[in-house]
Amino acid sequence: MIGFILRRAFWAIPTLIFVSLISFIIIQLPPGDYVTAYAAQLRHGGEYITAVQEEAMRQQMGLNDPVLVQYWRWISDIVLHGDFGHSLEWNAPVSTLIWDRLGLTLAISSLSMLFTWAIAIPVGVYSATRQYSVFDYIFTVFGFLGKGIPDFLLALVLMWISFVYLNLNVGGLFSPEFQTAPWSAAKVVDLLVHLWIPILVLATGGAAGLIRVMRANMLDELGKPYVETAYAQGLSEGQVVWNYPVRVALNPFISTVGWALPALFSGDIITAVVLNLPTTGPLLLKALQMQDMYLAGSFILILSVFTIVGTLVSDVLLAWSDPRIRYA
Amino acid sequence: MTDQALDPVATPAPAAAKENLYTARPWTLVWWRFRKHVLAMISLWFLVILAFMAIFADVVAPYNPFGIERLLTFSQPTAVRIVHNGQLTWPFVYALKRERDPVTARVLYEDDFEKPLPIQFFVSGDEYNLLGLFETDIHLFGVDDRRAKINLLGTDGLGRDVFSRLIHGARVTLSAGLVGVAFAFVLGLTLGSISGYFGGWVDASIQRLMEFIRSVPTIPLWMGLAAALPIAWDPVFVYVLITLILALIGWTHLARVVRGQFFAIRDEDYVMAARLAGASEYRIITKHMLPAMTSYIIAALTLAVPEMILGETALSFLGLGLRPPVVSWGVLLQDAQNLRSISLAPWLLSPGVAVVLTVLAFNFLGDGLRDAADPYGQ
Repeated sequence: MIGFILRRAFWAIPTLIFVSLISFIIIQLPPGDYVTAYAAQLRHGGEYITAVQEEAMRQQMGLNDPVLVQYWRWISDIVLHGDFGHSLEWNAPVSTLIWDRLGLTLAISSLSMLFTWAIAIPVGVYSATRQYSVFDYIFTVFGFLGKGIPDFLLALVLMWISFVYLNLNVGGLFSPEFQTAPWSAAKVVDLLVHLWIPILVLATGGAAGLIRVMRANMLDELGKPYVETAYAQGLSEGQVVWNYPVRVALNPFISTVGWALPALFSGDIITAVVLNLPTTGPLLLKALQMQDMYLAGSFILILSVFTIVGTLVSDVLLAWSDPRIRYA
Repeated sequence: MTDQALDPVATPAPAAAKENLYTARPWTLVWWRFRKHVLAMISLWFLVILAFMAIFADVVAPYNPFGIERLLTFSQPTAVRIVHNGQLTWPFVYALKRERDPVTARVLYEDDFEKPLPIQFFVSGDEYNLLGLFETDIHLFGVDDRRAKINLLGTDGLGRDVFSRLIHGARVTLSAGLVGVAFAFVLGLTLGSISGYFGGWVDASIQRLMEFIRSVPTIPLWMGLAAALPIAWDPVFVYVLITLILALIGWTHLARVVRGQFFAIRDEDYVMAARLAGASEYRIITKHMLPAMTSYIIAALTLAVPEMILGETALSFLGLGLRPPVVSWGVLLQDAQNLRSISLAPWLLSPGVAVVLTVLAFNFLGDGLRDAADPYGQ
């Protein structure tokens, strides 16, 4: 088992290096550099620097060095000092910006993930054990719709319905009067009133796909002899289903639990933009739109690293829960 | 289920049916099986009609998608009626009266019951160049009136006809999906077949590459690449690049299907026979192995299209993909981005409905094709 973990961890190293290179390339992609953008910003404000001054700034910041040198400086700052660079747009360190928004992001995404599973697992089990029943068909339709409707569209429609028909002030996580207020009971209630739309949107979107997976897995397992044996032993249906086939059918959930890690960090970007949530997703979008590339690149780097670590965690969990994988 | 699925539908005598079944060519069997899948058939028809509408968008759309109408902004969809003054008549619409709400001063449009305008087919309207062949001004339908218009899905903030824009947007969005899949197809087929045929270290390194691409979160990477495209570039060029970006990430799924299929048939006797007969590797792959998996590949391709369409829509919606004046469904949805315009003009969401229907249709079609892909199985 330890050998397996070490082997997998070793494989992750080249991937990590590659991912960081890609992120850096994305930072470098847009034409112009930090100084060009800075000069443009100054011109916008009515000030002005000469080409010589620009060149001096480039010298000083090392922007004329070869790309690999610049890459090395960037990555060593991150690894050794935890310094992700400086956001031009916000005029603040990238790490502070992300850190500020991380709390609410984690809260929203972990809640929606819990709801996703709370919906997907029981419904998937029900659909499989009562195959071709009325509810199975309803859930199937629901699953297909969930697959076809983009999350942001669902968010838009829910927002519109709750605004026009329920007279709710939606969008954002707080009403204007609580925006800057300190935490209090009233503010928590206000948060809950706003929270249901993002949670509902994210949970239904995720659950639609997972229901199909859970149902298919359960159908595969329910026909196997060990299930029949369990019935023959006189166990009730609930005992049989929940104690044996469900545990096997959960395997794909375990193999994707690691991917939840980057999802937790970024939240669902498009939904967050539509609903105007103060999470990390809109920050990334803004950074990309303004070509604030240090912020954007660091973001993509963090997300990718989380994905790789998440995959590692999943693999280890899978190997732990299913010995066949360890020796394959 | 098996017998039923293989049983051809419209055959006169059972004996003849059996005869037909045993002598049918593989593609006929696939078609027979596919025909059983009702949803897939409906989806196929839906998509064929949609494709025709997109190709002949200039004819189907009653107006120019860029035609601004200052006195007709945010007008609601025109209702098509058949009863005028209690009498059944040829389908018609009422002309709109422009009024102002006395309290809010908001512009309102009301039906002018005095003025029924019969819907006419093949009326002359805005001029356009039909598929680059010749100039014409014939539109599929419309009303014969200088002042009044027929806006089946209302108008947007500049008075442009949403239905016309939707039809023109279908062109860009559908073709972006298809072109993206075509790129992904070339990449996935090449790398997937090399990986599956040779195995060994070639396979291992291609697998690592695919794993890596899959390990990068899709949407942020798309966004990152799309944001790096300069805004000033030619829209057509941006369009090609966006489809390329979608394809660069989308090919892995296809490659996996192809590789799995290759592993499955690599050791079949007929491949061995071809090898013993001295056929080259290239010939074995293209002439002997690929035809055996065509149906699987078509199914996988069909299932890849909705991914591309959703990707394009999401990117354009966020303002990172295609930009106006290009008309795509994602670009159209940008108008519906804030609560104010949706509550004022809910019909601006109609491109979203079009996206959902199209994505569902491709999914059902793909499911049907996948089920029908192996007519001898089960």
